[in-house]
Amino acid sequence: MPVIQIPSALRSFTGNQSRVEVQGTTAGEALTALATAHPTLRKHLYTDEGQLRSFVNVYKNDEDIRFLGRDATPLDSGDTLVIVPSIAGGRA
Amino acid sequence: MIPLTNDEIARYSRHLILGEVGIEGQTRLKNSSVLCVGTGGLGSPLLLYLAAAGVGRIGIVDFDVVDASNLQRQIIHGTSGVGRPKVLSARDRLADLNPHVRVELFEEPFTSDNALRIAADYDVVVDGTDNFPTRYLVNDACVILGKPNVYGSIFKFEGQASVFNYQGGPNYRDLYAEPPPPGLVPSCAEGGVLGVLPGIIGTIQATETLKILLGMGTTLSGRLLLFDALAMSFRELKLRRDPSAPTIDKLIDYDQFCGVPKRSGSREEHPGAAGPFRRMSVREVADKRASGWRPFVLDVRGGAEAAIVKFDWAELLIPHTEVAGRLAELPRDREILVHCKLGGRSAQAAQVLAGAGFDVVNMEGGIVAWAKEIDAGMPIY
Repeated sequence: MPVIQIPSALRSFTGNQSRVEVQGTTAGEALTALATAHPTLRKHLYTDEGQLRSFVNVYKNDEDIRFLGRDATPLDSGDTLVIVPSIAGGRA
Repeated sequence: MIPLTNDEIARYSRHLILGEVGIEGQTRLKNSSVLCVGTGGLGSPLLLYLAAAGVGRIGIVDFDVVDASNLQRQIIHGTSGVGRPKVLSARDRLADLNPHVRVELFEEPFTSDNALRIAADYDVVVDGTDNFPTRYLVNDACVILGKPNVYGSIFKFEGQASVFNYQGGPNYRDLYAEPPPPGLVPSCAEGGVLGVLPGIIGTIQATETLKILLGMGTTLSGRLLLFDALAMSFRELKLRRDPSAPTIDKLIDYDQFCGVPKRSGSREEHPGAAGPFRRMSVREVADKRASGWRPFVLDVRGGAEAAIVKFDWAELLIPHTEVAGRLAELPRDREILVHCKLGGRSAQAAQVLAGAGFDVVNMEGGIVAWAKEIDAGMPIY
């Protein structure tokens, strides 16, 4: 199964897990499965309209899914999705 | 170019015998200039290494003063500097480290009004800031002026580094077109940060800055480097120009862009979410409690914070991110007074509670305001 790597900033929504295995053959399916398993995470990843938030990037291995196929980016079982939110430091 | 003096040749010996730097490279460093925006966790190691390396002219922008809570990671400052302006504290340390470096101070906030004027005079700009509005401002100013922007950012145990706007490469807006709304991403003031983490990321920024000035090696342009101190792992991601990103041709109001209220210079100010709930100052809460008011008191900080200091009259601790999922633990027949450290997270929790029909009051300024205004015996963290 694909693995999603969770950044520190969002781990409080995944019970402190840093890596979560999910079902899914596309990036969108995998992220939806993640948000279903951890419902409080959803609003941090998606807008109310269901768009991936512009300050949250998702990479399939080392490639930004914005430049692959966005939600339709195909995933194999060995792939890792890396969630990389915008962080500012001290004051944010 | 101004040549090296004999004193400088003695000082930079280990660079001079390094073929890739040599006399030519060291002379180039002496005749180069770097602007560092911020003298905090990232700026501290960065400034120390750039000064030690012999960058001839270094500008520092910061309007903050040294606070005791800075010293866990901001190693350019010392205990004797607490209460002093950071730019003065940094200047003294750098002058002691390397008197051959000219240090230029800008003791003012970096704003849309002064950014282009200040940055225009430097070869490279380094982003050592701690907030989104200034990060977008640094980026846009660098794009407009055509300067490389050496980026670093940290949170808890993780850091990011890259080089933006260098030789036609991507910039910060290609990475993140827009900032998060206030409150959705926790800050280090709330989430904490491992003190050595900015040391690692700031040192990476210093390395990239020197490489740019010397024109050697392969920089992080087009790559985002992620560092995880807990796993002790680095990951490299590809960073591309976003063809849909709008052209940057002028500076804007970055506080408005990032949705934060105007800064007054006070660090305690926190952009709390507006919402359909009541707010009370710590003075009002103290007065009402003295006259017998007994609301249900909910602390929405993390457990580690509550272990430092808490109200013995707080009834329940639920971290603010978990409030929405634990409403069943809260009473519907009593007023709920919600608090955190500074009032920002409790405002978010209050919004959730008000939306779920609870009778909720947010304590403005949090437990820190209480320690300052009501109970001077309480520690402030």
